[in-house]
Amino acid sequence: MITLANVKKSFGNNHVLQGVNLEIARGTSMVIIGGSGTGKSVALKSVLGLVTPDSGTITVDGQDAATAERDAFLARFGMLFQGGALFDSLPVWQNVAFRLMRGALKRPKEEAREIAIEKLRRVGLKPDVADRLPAELSGGMQKRVGLARAIAAEPEIIFFDEPTTGLDPIMSGVINDLIREIVVEMGATAMTITHDMTSVRAIANNVAMLHDGVIQWSGAVADMDHAGDPYLEQFIHGRADGPIEAVR
Amino acid sequence: MTILTRPLASLGAAALNLLAALGRISIYAFSTLHHIFRRPFYLRELGIAILNVGWLSLPVVGLTAVFTGGALALQIYAGGARFNAEAVVPQIVAIGMVRELGPVLVGLMIAARVTSSIAAEIATMKVTEQIDALVTLSTHPMQYLTVPRVLAGLICVPVLVGVGDVIGILGGYLVATGTLEFNSTTYLVNTFDFLEPRDVFSSLAKGAVFGTIATLMGCYYGMNSGRGAQGVGAATKGSVEAAAILILAANFVLTGVFFSI
Repeated sequence: MITLANVKKSFGNNHVLQGVNLEIARGTSMVIIGGSGTGKSVALKSVLGLVTPDSGTITVDGQDAATAERDAFLARFGMLFQGGALFDSLPVWQNVAFRLMRGALKRPKEEAREIAIEKLRRVGLKPDVADRLPAELSGGMQKRVGLARAIAAEPEIIFFDEPTTGLDPIMSGVINDLIREIVVEMGATAMTITHDMTSVRAIANNVAMLHDGVIQWSGAVADMDHAGDPYLEQFIHGRADGPIEAVR
Repeated sequence: MTILTRPLASLGAAALNLLAALGRISIYAFSTLHHIFRRPFYLRELGIAILNVGWLSLPVVGLTAVFTGGALALQIYAGGARFNAEAVVPQIVAIGMVRELGPVLVGLMIAARVTSSIAAEIATMKVTEQIDALVTLSTHPMQYLTVPRVLAGLICVPVLVGVGDVIGILGGYLVATGTLEFNSTTYLVNTFDFLEPRDVFSSLAKGAVFGTIATLMGCYYGMNSGRGAQGVGAATKGSVEAAAILILAANFVLTGVFFSI
């Protein structure tokens, strides 16, 4: 279980997280929604230690993220970044097998390549993509490679940062389905941040809405449409009028 | 704040900013030193960095040195002619290139070519979240990105300085024997008789320091870049400015140290 307890983070006078409390049960898929700049990415990056919270605690299966041994802690995670964050200088297969070619999970080069090609196949890419450079791929293919890299070491927990941003609706649907299938198949715990309500319905078991630095609403995805929370309703229906201030 | 104290306040703020920047750079340098001796060692990345910093810089270093050596010979000949001292061209070209111009010009060319490239590459990696991706893949950016590049600077730039010194002297030799009617053998004998081992040592030592500064500044500014294209541009510009100024300042200090030995 991932637990965020009263997590606060400010950048200068910008108080992004003002006491976030959230629990993500093992083996479930939590999607965090919220407007731009509400701190969704900061919350996600705080769990991984990419951002250090000012106060509060984050634990994973009872282990404090701040004091855990970094390599062992991070080995439990896979992450799909918004823009893919593929390493430009490495061919696709080395991107996918990055974790398998160094550190505690190091494998022989041939074995790492085989695993990479198998993972590429799992996300719907042919083996001939393996030797190409990321710059030679379309946005959708880069997302798939990023997804293959996130699952290459079969992590227990996978984070998805805006997985469908910048993709057309068909490719978004493909990525959503892949995420859902992979998370179920691996039995992984998933945490996704997105604005895309189609993604929310496709990926989530549970949903949390972040607004004004706190979790405004959280619950099962099935309860989302009749939750009665004005913030949530305005967001999921994309209305300009409501308690969330829309700058026009 | 009055009109009289405002300039003082601005000056104080600028001085504080400069000291803070020097502090941050020092901490980064110590952190790099700490990580040099920590496992894992990324030998493939070190090899690529040596290729980029060393081998691929040879053409620009060679061209800079040959033209500087040639121009230096012409200047010394013209200046020396004013008091009948034209014969000192080989000695002054040799000492000028080896002690001063070789290391400084190679250092500045490396700042232009390598520092800018490192800063732009790492800053782009930061902007596109590749640095964050490295961390999530249990790879320390300092060990994977900074250490190989700084080691490459430390190893390669003294070699480039040595090559630059030789090519610079060759440039002077070609001009002196080709257009100034110096005897070829006499020129070479005068050059090598005049140079001392400590001149060569000071040249190579300066190269090692300048190489470290140039690569370290590229990494530091890249890792601390702002967002977007503007952030990458600012990091690149800042890295070259800082590297050039620190190289010239270090040259002054090192020259003083070597003179006092």
